[in-house]
Amino acid sequence: MKALLIRDLQLAMRAGGGFGLGLAFFLIVTALVPFGVGPQSALLSTIAPGILWLGALLACLLSLDRILALDWEDGTLDLLACAPLPMEATVSIKAFAHWLTTGLPLVIAAPLFGLLLNLPSAGYIPLVLSLLLGTPALSVIGTFGAALTVGIKRGGLLLSLLVLPLYVPTLIYGAEAARRGAEGLSSTTPLMMLAGITFGTIALLPFASAAVLRVNIR
Amino acid sequence: MSLWEYANPVKFMALSGRVLPVVAVLSGLCLVVGLVWGFFFTPDDFRQGSTVKIIYLHVPAALMAINVWLMMLVTSLVWIIRRHHVSALAAKAAAPIGVVMTLIALITGAIWGQPMWGTWWAWDPRLTSFLILFLFYLGYIALWAAIEDNDSAADLTSILCLVGSVFALLSRYAVNFWNQGLHQGASLSLDKEKNVADVFYQPLLFCIAGFVLLFIALLLLRTRTEIRVRRTKSLLARERMA
Repeated sequence: MKALLIRDLQLAMRAGGGFGLGLAFFLIVTALVPFGVGPQSALLSTIAPGILWLGALLACLLSLDRILALDWEDGTLDLLACAPLPMEATVSIKAFAHWLTTGLPLVIAAPLFGLLLNLPSAGYIPLVLSLLLGTPALSVIGTFGAALTVGIKRGGLLLSLLVLPLYVPTLIYGAEAARRGAEGLSSTTPLMMLAGITFGTIALLPFASAAVLRVNIR
Repeated sequence: MSLWEYANPVKFMALSGRVLPVVAVLSGLCLVVGLVWGFFFTPDDFRQGSTVKIIYLHVPAALMAINVWLMMLVTSLVWIIRRHHVSALAAKAAAPIGVVMTLIALITGAIWGQPMWGTWWAWDPRLTSFLILFLFYLGYIALWAAIEDNDSAADLTSILCLVGSVFALLSRYAVNFWNQGLHQGASLSLDKEKNVADVFYQPLLFCIAGFVLLFIALLLLRTRTEIRVRRTKSLLARERMA
């Protein structure tokens, strides 16, 4: 398990692995928003929590096909299927590696980007908390989508169509928590719902992902 | 004699061939009675005027939009557990009907909402969850279309249907939460079912029955088509082998 995690992390970190690409995408989305809606700081600070969540979600989505596609192409996935490690564990490790290389950097960078969008000072802690709680769900759900579409040539667009509706609850609670925080309200309830979704998906969805992957490898 | 006998495509074809015309005729009758009665022989509502009559399309379509997904969930489960091909094909056949029902509900709702709420679209929880349901249907159909191998496609879409059902349910309640957070207590949707007077209610029942029968008829028709497509494919394959 550890070896697989380290291998995935190393692959992502090294040249061509796409590490930081999600982060750069997040930065660009954040930078483009003021061009789209105008630079008024009052407007920006109202929409900042939502934009930051949406940016994080899209950055996550962008890197999803990397989770499994490369391993599928060079046959690593077939070897992993024969390995003593159960498929559920493999899938969970892959999701975890994806979160470490995509989700965690987003969480760390989010306050900085919040600065760009004039996020009210009360909103930083709820924003980081909600992203910290919510991005693992994005990775786990995304791994399910990647497992579904792994055998399909040019499945990127299909992957988005399948995964984005599944992201709705996470986005709603996450953005709501960040928004309430920015307005100085208590964001405990949405954060708890968000945590529920995240832990629920972490506990259950790897079984679905593994089942789907077994079908695709068969 | 059990339900599982009809997992045999030959028996299913024989039975559905006999049932289909009956259901189709009944559905047509119910729809004609319900719609004509509803459109021409009910009074106008004292607040909504004649726009109330869109209820005869909107409510049955919305009802079916959700129930078609439920039916797909059940047939997907049957496919995963017992691996009956007819079941998987029925789920495949049902999805486009569900999309159309969802679209009808959304469009008639918009047409009704324009004069009544003054807007074609509002981010009301019900409207939003229907839009999300529509996206789920689209994803499901797209996945069926993208995979060539029949059995893998059935497996993958069944699991997507299961996972999607859970998330659709989650979204439905999440959307409720999100909207209440936006405008407190400003609920746009009317609790139609509870305050429908008998005058409007009786033709509505006919329309609902008509939509249910229409769905069954379309489902049987489409499933039969899918089975025939499979047969043609295997016949062609056999010819090529020979």
